[in-house]
Amino acid sequence: MSGAFTLTRGTGVSRLVAIGAFAALAGLACAPLWAQASSLNLLTQIFAYVALATMWNLLAGFSGLVSVGQQAYVGIGGYALFALTIFWGLHPLAALVVAGVIGGLIAIPVAGLLFRLRGAYFAIGSWVVAEVFRLLASQISALGGGSGTSLPARIVTGMADGRQAREFMIYWTGLALVVVVIGLTIALLRSRWGLALRAIHHNELAARSNGVEVTRIKLLVYAVAGFGTAMAGALIFLQKLRISPDAAFSVNDWTAFVIFMAVIGGIGRIEGPIIGAVVFFFLRQTLSDLGSLYLMMLGLVAIVIMLRAPRGVAGWLADRFGFEPAPLERRLVHAKSNPESKPEPSHV
Amino acid sequence: MDWLNSILQGVLVGGLYAMFAAGLSLIFGVMRLVNIAHGDLVVLAAYLALVVTQALGMGPLASLLVIAPLMAAIGYGLQRWLLNRTLGDDLLPPLLVTFGLSVIIQNGLLEIFSPDSRKLQAGAIETATIPLTPDLSIGVLPLVQFLVAVVMIGALQALFYRTAWGRAFRATSDDQSTVQLVGVDNRHVFGLAMGLSLAVVSVAGVFLAVRANFDPSMGPARLIFGFEAVIIGGLGNLWGTLAGGVVLGVAQAIGAKIDPGWQLLAGHLAFLMVLAVRPEGFFPRVQA
Repeated sequence: MSGAFTLTRGTGVSRLVAIGAFAALAGLACAPLWAQASSLNLLTQIFAYVALATMWNLLAGFSGLVSVGQQAYVGIGGYALFALTIFWGLHPLAALVVAGVIGGLIAIPVAGLLFRLRGAYFAIGSWVVAEVFRLLASQISALGGGSGTSLPARIVTGMADGRQAREFMIYWTGLALVVVVIGLTIALLRSRWGLALRAIHHNELAARSNGVEVTRIKLLVYAVAGFGTAMAGALIFLQKLRISPDAAFSVNDWTAFVIFMAVIGGIGRIEGPIIGAVVFFFLRQTLSDLGSLYLMMLGLVAIVIMLRAPRGVAGWLADRFGFEPAPLERRLVHAKSNPESKPEPSHV
Repeated sequence: MDWLNSILQGVLVGGLYAMFAAGLSLIFGVMRLVNIAHGDLVVLAAYLALVVTQALGMGPLASLLVIAPLMAAIGYGLQRWLLNRTLGDDLLPPLLVTFGLSVIIQNGLLEIFSPDSRKLQAGAIETATIPLTPDLSIGVLPLVQFLVAVVMIGALQALFYRTAWGRAFRATSDDQSTVQLVGVDNRHVFGLAMGLSLAVVSVAGVFLAVRANFDPSMGPARLIFGFEAVIIGGLGNLWGTLAGGVVLGVAQAIGAKIDPGWQLLAGHLAFLMVLAVRPEGFFPRVQA
């Protein structure tokens, strides 16, 4: 009987998760009603890190572009925000979006250079690029050169009516950023480009010979990651109110921690960075007094996970329980049978 | 004359960069592994040299008799028990495991030795110079450093192309599965390659420690210098890494001469220019 099979992406779990996600989002959107300023501040930091880790995951987990130089775009975003608000008088929120666009645009010529390097050498090359931007930023004397600068009080106070309104505004911006970044990633991965990325990931040569424009798609992904990362960078330094080249282009803060989150949560899964960020912040709140011992522990945990459970917490949940909160693949489901009754999944 | 002097110093520093690069190039050649912790291992060797010279009262160069075998053993162990498990088609595990290693070494050194910068004293040789002309003289130490780099690369080249070990290295690099059919244990060969790489690293570490102040956070920049030298010189060519190191050293020297803030930037820009114009490097892999 024709039409007995339908193509579906959603599963029972994913629909439940989608409902849960909307509920959580509504709860988080109302957080200013119930949470203290310090909690809002912490949540905003988590949002920024979820955005960063999602963008890194889009590169490394879905596109095979392992970068250890995404701090370049965090710094560019932060510096763009400061320059746009101080020199051109843009409202910080408008500046944040423009900073993202600048990050995306800068990513294009950078990709032209970096894509000449393969695999692991691409990773170190991306680090060199971040260093170049750090050194260039320390040459901008109008923004304090090597020692950096603070966001002038008039810009900070002019952002919103009063301190509380400003805190709420930054918090909501963070929440919106997470929604935009994750939404963009899911949309990209579910589009035909996402399918092409999957093909490239499995076998680049075969994808190329089937007419997939590998370089163009990787360029698109790299530019999107530059856009999202720069917006996250702008948010981070809007919250910090102070910027310096070493802080803005820190490999530890904006790449090592981000990689840690992606590894723990699950590389190559949408929900991975969210889980990873929560674990990371839990560890940070409880153990960061240990200083360098804490960092050594993070390194050790990342190594053990990479060796023992390279798919992270999210991968383990998917393998063990078939928990797929954000499926990207379509499955063939027998129309007569109940979709929940575990059909043979046929990955498309 | 001032400029000539700067360029000459740049050439000699290039020897040190070539040492960073040779160890990196070697393991990439044999097992396609890029070790993100490479620079941190250089700094680790520098601290080991500090401990050994203080504890045993040896000179910095003599301390290599202890440090080089020690680092080689660390390298072999690291490869056999940790890094071999990460090798495969997937790029992520080796990259992220060595990244984790880098974080651990850096913070471990910080915990033990504090962030204060240290230096290894080598005595009179540090300030000795050879006058070339009335205006131009070269330091003995940088010259020794450069000559050691040349000898080391010559020795590695001979090892790769004239010995049974070298044959095993090259064969394993060509085809991991086939060498196993002829009785070569590729895991052991990988261990040896990493051991050799870290022996080279130990020499680089001692020269780094004698030349200037060092501290636990210096590793990543050393990795980057070594990497730039590898790419400028051309992947898979050991003599090329020497040329790459020299190009990088000279670019930095010229940059520093223009403006001290431009030293590192000029080196990176030279690298990016090579990448833009001649991405395969000046001397890509040669078959001997």
